[in-house]
Amino acid sequence: MLAQSALSGLFVGSLYGLIGLGLGLSWGLLRTINLAHFAFVFAAAYLCYQLVASFGVDPLLTLLLIAPLFFAFGAGLHWLVQRFDVTPLNSLLVTFGITAIIEAGIQAIWSADFRRLESHYAQAKFKWGVLYLPVPELITLGAALALSFGLWALLKHTDLGRGLRAAAQDAPIAAAFGVNQRAQALLLAGICAALAAVAGVCLSLSFTLAPSQIYAWIGVVFAAVMMGGLGSALGPLVAGVVIGVSEALTMAVTAPSWAPIVSFTLLIALLLLRP
Amino acid sequence: MKPFSGWRRLVALASLCGVAALAHAQTPVRIGSTLALTGPLSATAQIHKLVGEIYVEQLNKRGGLLGRPVEWIVKDDQSKPDIARTLYEQLITADKVDLLMGPYATGAILSAMGVAQRYDKVLIHHTFGIPSLAKYDKQFPAWSLGPDPGTTVPNTVFNALASIGKTPKTIAVVTNKFPSLHFISLGAREVAKKRGIEEVLFLEWEFGNRDFGPIAARIKDAKPDFVWVGAIGLDGNLLIDAMKKLDYSPPLHFYVYPAPGPMVQSADANGALSVSIFEDHPPMNTPPAAAEFTKTFRERATKANLPETNVEVQAAASFTAWQMLEAAVVGTKSLDDKAIAAWLKTNKVDTIQGKLRFDGPNNYGDDLMRVKQVQNGRWLIVYPPEVAAPGAKLIVK
Repeated sequence: MLAQSALSGLFVGSLYGLIGLGLGLSWGLLRTINLAHFAFVFAAAYLCYQLVASFGVDPLLTLLLIAPLFFAFGAGLHWLVQRFDVTPLNSLLVTFGITAIIEAGIQAIWSADFRRLESHYAQAKFKWGVLYLPVPELITLGAALALSFGLWALLKHTDLGRGLRAAAQDAPIAAAFGVNQRAQALLLAGICAALAAVAGVCLSLSFTLAPSQIYAWIGVVFAAVMMGGLGSALGPLVAGVVIGVSEALTMAVTAPSWAPIVSFTLLIALLLLRP
Repeated sequence: MKPFSGWRRLVALASLCGVAALAHAQTPVRIGSTLALTGPLSATAQIHKLVGEIYVEQLNKRGGLLGRPVEWIVKDDQSKPDIARTLYEQLITADKVDLLMGPYATGAILSAMGVAQRYDKVLIHHTFGIPSLAKYDKQFPAWSLGPDPGTTVPNTVFNALASIGKTPKTIAVVTNKFPSLHFISLGAREVAKKRGIEEVLFLEWEFGNRDFGPIAARIKDAKPDFVWVGAIGLDGNLLIDAMKKLDYSPPLHFYVYPAPGPMVQSADANGALSVSIFEDHPPMNTPPAAAEFTKTFRERATKANLPETNVEVQAAASFTAWQMLEAAVVGTKSLDDKAIAAWLKTNKVDTIQGKLRFDGPNNYGDDLMRVKQVQNGRWLIVYPPEVAAPGAKLIVK
């Protein structure tokens, strides 16, 4: 039971990490605390649901349309943020407003009622010894690992990554060294929104959707991002998994109602003890 | 100018009185309420809005109330109890409504109750979940939960199982800590204990829990004969999904307040039990008022693109609230809140749920909750037999 619970925590933790990946990069490298990231995740999940329901396509194939669409939307939003010179604190307010607008839009199109994506992945699972490995959760874990490591490599080993990190540390000096900070920021904002789209598709594979659920993920994903480090590509995944597994083990050995305390206790402990 | 003679004056006076009476007869009776038309509760509130529209339309076709047309003023409380409070104040003081109708859901009803109490107005409400908190003497519940659902609901469920000789030997009680249902789950523990059912697992989780894997694993490990799930909204579906991923399905499983649509649509929910005051099948939908309402609701809900087009708990409770208001106004021939409250306390009202009385603690009467079960993609009432769907029996794996 403990191993199965830990596995369940690993899966949900990888989703925390996947959602937190775009949020953390945007916060750390673009200085935009993009609350609308959560609304993007759900908007993508609903779009995926609609495409599957209307055309019967494979949910993963919907990413071919949804990811570029969100890339453009994310870049456009960041252009606006840059255009009006929004400070990080104000970006929190602006993107909260955008979240409310997107939530209202989702509600107007799909209603506030629950929507469930039906796909052939839903019931698919593997059995490994006594452990059950559901396919939708494995897809989420795989996507989280691939994207986190991919972005880590991009930030670490490419000129683009070095430029982004340099601009985040000191934009004028980076510009003096020829870094086109504005273009790179638009590119990264687009990537972050596309990451939200991937997270949304993964979310729709495992969870029933409702517009109000947007807010249910904010606390724990923020905790994962802050624990993992702002601007880090691997941090949110590692922190998400730590939180997910801790919560799951708490639920397995004590009262499940203690689980939410775990993520924030870990966050506070880390903030107090981190050098 | 020649003054009116005596008979002319009389005719003029009579005409004036007639015009005034006619004008009064045309002045609508204004009934005010709020509903969560936006925000997280809006999906369910849309059902209440549709029911209110249907009822007022039918009522006006019957001649309205006291010979006057009825106008329903409904405002959006955005699913926020604090806004509901402000809007009820506004309805009474600015809109000067004659009567009030309750909002949705428990939090907003509690807010509206406070305002109604301040202005000494009657408040009939649809779906208030915690009877012990309904202290105001002019509030009247349309949801026939009874004053102590923490005891009566579990007893009804265990009686249903006993009626087919399937009283469980062991039970797992797992519950959300959401206020409206937590006390019912705690009541289930007590009732099970009194009936000699061994509790093999008790778990609680916070509202908004996302990971049901560990809870499912613990239930599977405990191997109970019966799982009582204090579920609200999606909890039930999430737990069923999580159990399915472990290749486990309990022999008997009960959910307090599941999201009715998603649960009935889930292929793995077959056999799941819950409670209800009304389902859209005979004999409940056979009486003329119920037949007309369920038919109209199905048509209008389909047209409005609502996901659930059959009348079930929410729509039935909403319809009942309007039936109570109409019965009390007709019974007292007045819009006076004191008279209406006094009438409701001393009379039974015939509703689509059955006959309701309001003379018990906190104006609650009988617990009319029935046991329903998902059978082949439909919710069917299976207990008690007198209201069970034709041929439907409680099925155990």
